[in-house]
Amino acid sequence: MNKNTDFIIETTDLKKTFVSKIKGKINKVEAVKGVHLTVNRGEIFGFLGPNGAGKSTTQKMLSTLLTPTSGTVKIVGYDLAKNQAEIRKNIGYVSQAGGSDWAATGYQNLVLQARLYGLDEVTAKNNAKDLIKHFQMDSFADRPAGTYSGGQRRRLDVALGMTHQPKLLLLDEPTTGLDPQSRAYMWEEIKKLKEKGVTIFLTTHYMEEADKLCDTIAIIDNGTIITKGTPIELKNSIGADTIVVGFANTESAGKAEKLLLEKFGSAQTKIEVNILTVQIKNGEKVIPELLRLLDTNNLNAQSITLSKPSLDDVFLKYTGHSLREDKE
Amino acid sequence: MKLLQDVKLMFIRNVQHTLRNPIFMFLSLFQPLLYLFLFMPLLKNLGGTPGLPAGQTVEIFIPGLMVMMALFGSAFVGFDLIDDIRSGVIERFLVTPVSRSAILWGRVLRDASVLLLQVILITIVAIPFGLKVNFWNFLLSLPLYVMIAITMASMSYAFALMYKTEDALAPTINTITLPVSLLSGILLPLTLAPLWLKDLAKANPFSYAVNASRALFTGNMAGHDVLIGFVIVFLLMSVMFYWSIRALRKIEE
Repeated sequence: MNKNTDFIIETTDLKKTFVSKIKGKINKVEAVKGVHLTVNRGEIFGFLGPNGAGKSTTQKMLSTLLTPTSGTVKIVGYDLAKNQAEIRKNIGYVSQAGGSDWAATGYQNLVLQARLYGLDEVTAKNNAKDLIKHFQMDSFADRPAGTYSGGQRRRLDVALGMTHQPKLLLLDEPTTGLDPQSRAYMWEEIKKLKEKGVTIFLTTHYMEEADKLCDTIAIIDNGTIITKGTPIELKNSIGADTIVVGFANTESAGKAEKLLLEKFGSAQTKIEVNILTVQIKNGEKVIPELLRLLDTNNLNAQSITLSKPSLDDVFLKYTGHSLREDKE
Repeated sequence: MKLLQDVKLMFIRNVQHTLRNPIFMFLSLFQPLLYLFLFMPLLKNLGGTPGLPAGQTVEIFIPGLMVMMALFGSAFVGFDLIDDIRSGVIERFLVTPVSRSAILWGRVLRDASVLLLQVILITIVAIPFGLKVNFWNFLLSLPLYVMIAITMASMSYAFALMYKTEDALAPTINTITLPVSLLSGILLPLTLAPLWLKDLAKANPFSYAVNASRALFTGNMAGHDVLIGFVIVFLLMSVMFYWSIRALRKIEE
């Protein structure tokens, strides 16, 4: 654990309950049920979870859009309950919808945004030009945002969020709906922002995004954080790698299983027809020994594959269901 | 000072938005023009009936038409706000340090400006039809229409912020505007109405607005119609605008 207490975000028992009246009946939905969260300065922090898990609700509370039902939040050095004005000056937020004005050009969007942060007209215009250059929007900045491709519009959305050079940028599902190329571009852009010292807090339901982009991941399901760590820590917490060996018949598979268990007591095995599946730590070191063992006993492996645990496995282990399952 | 600056930025943004499609500003003039051309002539021969003194039918009808424009013209502006909610523009504004009320001031002042332009155009068109109105009285009537426009626009925005969908907004606005306009004597003065209808109209704040508007146009200012109309519309506007700001603050809840 990081002993650094200078977190850029720190929440304690953060809760949000939505109360609505439907046909006179009071209906309560606990969207966030006590989130404890710490985010270090300068990291890319990923909030991973399925739709409806409470990711966006948490982020909206951090962005000052929603008032927490209970709990405390300290963000960019200020108490959310007391100092929203200072927080707004120091954070950027890009919602899932984006937030660009489609009728206005990218340039007009950026100038107005800067003026809302108090920049005078000349400074705001220069600021907009700098952002257009930085986010490589030169070829389309003078067209209405409504004519942009998904990737172009995302760039504008993020540029709008970065207008006032915040210390912390909140991104709600920054690459949802983007084609692979635009997604890769967005990831590069996010990494560049990190290099400049900006802390990024993003929500995502893409395993790959969390794995490749984030320094720390928190898995949220049903309004609570289930586990947190670096992608490697999380995957190692699953423990075992998976080795799958194919044989000519069930008999050979059975013999191999017996030999394997004699040699590696910690392995867990399973046979399906002629396929032997082995769960074991440090799989890459086991394979050469396994092959030698099979060779000396005249067992012929027809195929062999090794897979390291993925974040899918992590998610499955901690939540008991797969991220891709549609759940109510 | 910051509030004024914020209101200015938001006002300019919304005016630019309107100017990108100026045609709609003029399309909404189509209905009042139809009333002017196709309905007002009917009244000429009714001159002399109660509430419609002969020779003043135009001065009775036009001020009602103005209130109607203010009522209907601003009642549907919420649709425009729903677009901004859906595209995340409102959320984006709310995360900046911009004053919450400026987001709405910028809109209602735009709506009021559009209405002022329309009122002036209709007045110019009505002059060849025989409209005679004291210039100062006409000037004094303008703030009344502005306040009505802000009232209706605020209401429309409050509903838009609550519902966030057009499907719910359209029937709500229609349900409110039609009885409110029928019960305010917009097309024909309520002096023609049976007693029960007159009593019902007394509960409608806009009937006082129509009375004030007519008093200014006819120059018949002996009573307190103008003062009462201004006070009632001002109070209603304050309540509606406050309500819309509350709805904006609670938009995410």
